Amino acid sequence: MSGPLFDLTVAIARIAVFFAFCFGLVVVMTWVERKGAAYIQDRRGPNRADILGVRAWGLFHPLADALKFLFKEDFIPDNAHRLFYQLAPMFSLAPAILGIAIIPFGPDVTVLGRKVALQIADLNVGILYLFAVSGMTVYGVVLAGWASGSKYPLLGGLRSSAQMLSYEVSMGLSLMGIFMVFESVRMSQIVTGQGGLLFGVLPKWGVFVQPLGFILFLVAQYAEANRTPFDLPEGESELVAGYHTEYGSFKFSMFMMAEYLHMVVGAAVVATLFFGGWQFPYLADAGFLFPGGAAVTLPPAAVFLLRIGAFVAKVLFFAWLYVWVRWTIPRFRYDQVMRLGWKVMLPLALLNIFATGLIMLLLKK
Amino acid sequence: MTIGIKKVARPREMSFPESLYLVEIVKGLGVTMGHMLGNIVRQEGIKTIEYPEVRRRMPPRFRGKHRLMKRENGSPRCVACYCCATACPAKCITIVAGESPDPAVEKYPVRFDIDMLRCVFCGMCVEACPCDAIRMDTGWFTPPDDTREKLIFTIDMLLEK
Ligand code: SF4
Ligand code: SF4
Repeated sequence: MSGPLFDLTVAIARIAVFFAFCFGLVVVMTWVERKGAAYIQDRRGPNRADILGVRAWGLFHPLADALKFLFKEDFIPDNAHRLFYQLAPMFSLAPAILGIAIIPFGPDVTVLGRKVALQIADLNVGILYLFAVSGMTVYGVVLAGWASGSKYPLLGGLRSSAQMLSYEVSMGLSLMGIFMVFESVRMSQIVTGQGGLLFGVLPKWGVFVQPLGFILFLVAQYAEANRTPFDLPEGESELVAGYHTEYGSFKFSMFMMAEYLHMVVGAAVVATLFFGGWQFPYLADAGFLFPGGAAVTLPPAAVFLLRIGAFVAKVLFFAWLYVWVRWTIPRFRYDQVMRLGWKVMLPLALLNIFATGLIMLLLKK
Repeated sequence: MTIGIKKVARPREMSFPESLYLVEIVKGLGVTMGHMLGNIVRQEGIKTIEYPEVRRRMPPRFRGKHRLMKRENGSPRCVACYCCATACPAKCITIVAGESPDPAVEKYPVRFDIDMLRCVFCGMCVEACPCDAIRMDTGWFTPPDDTREKLIFTIDMLLEK
């Protein structure tokens, strides 16, 4: 295959596979959320949808939901601004999916004698791109809130814009430490940087070098994704359904998909930045290399599969963590959220940067 | 002792580790995970009743679905007097009377429909009936169904219960 054609095929194949992975996971996550919530609350959860008598623990419910949304009337309220009302779900969904472009799903592979990175785009601005697109999600929420032409969505949109902007700050600052330690904002380099060992025992993962940064980033991400305990934009008790109160049919399901995509992409980002991405603990290119000096040689294919598996497992765990946290912690009050954002998270993030810099300076000497 | 003053326990101040929330959140995650794993392992321990396949035992005086009583010879005990239809606040009983072949009985219901979607289960019909022909002691409420027509119970359905 000639050069450009090969590149094009690779690019399209990568996009197709990663898209399919993320959307597939979104579908599974909606089921996991309902079923997990049910089991956590001593219920049974969805189990009625069946195909030819097969119920499969309610696994067909996402399918039934999707079909139902597709066949519902596509309603636009009279008071709504027609253009923006229709644009809002798109503004919500698109930035959520854009984030996967910079996630390295695995180590480089050699196809037909050429090196192929398992990453849609290895941008040199890396994580800054992620901040840029995730900053855009706030438009979806604000537009939806304003264009619906009704009180509750407006309040929900207002709240979430304030919340997302506040947490964006600490989110960016909490990652500063990672950039300082791994000396790059390029995702692939951050992942390779996490392959080493810390003190000869611990894998040099972001979470071990930046524990405070990890906690701050995780919290900020929950706030960014509008998930409990920060799901104020759709506080059911006070705002009906917040910014998507007036939405129905497939537009509503686009908001839903955006929320779950945020979870999936967020999980992938946490796994990449703080848990070594596709790095498997103590697994080098040639096989396992344990701190004691023991070594197990593995064929390259096994190493590759283990690494991809490690990445998928990490993503699944963090996606599940979103659900798990949601059904554990109640919602914060609005002023508490703001206080936490500005008075706790921001100073701690700054402190983290300062401490990281100090330690690095002392270690260099 | 002052009368009428009751000391209410105030929530105690949070200790420093508690006010950091992190440890407490992890503990909470442990609780929810415990519930989830427990429920997955012991499915039969889940409280949910798989309605409508599984019925809950209702108390004996529960006012449920109606049934029409029969005479010794199997014909309906109802004499089509319209008392129940008149008493019904939801106006959901439709009766069409016909002349009974039995000379001892004047009329019998040719049609006797209860629209279960409109019934409010007040039991007025039972109280109004002069000959104890209608009862609500089946111990079950209206089962789910997929069309409205199936939930208008006809005389045959009411008699067989
Ligand atoms: S229970 Fe009440 S509402 Fe229902 S049929 Fe009897 S009288 Fe009417
Ligand atoms: S009150 Fe009793 S006897 Fe009279 S119509 Fe109703 S069920 Fe029949």
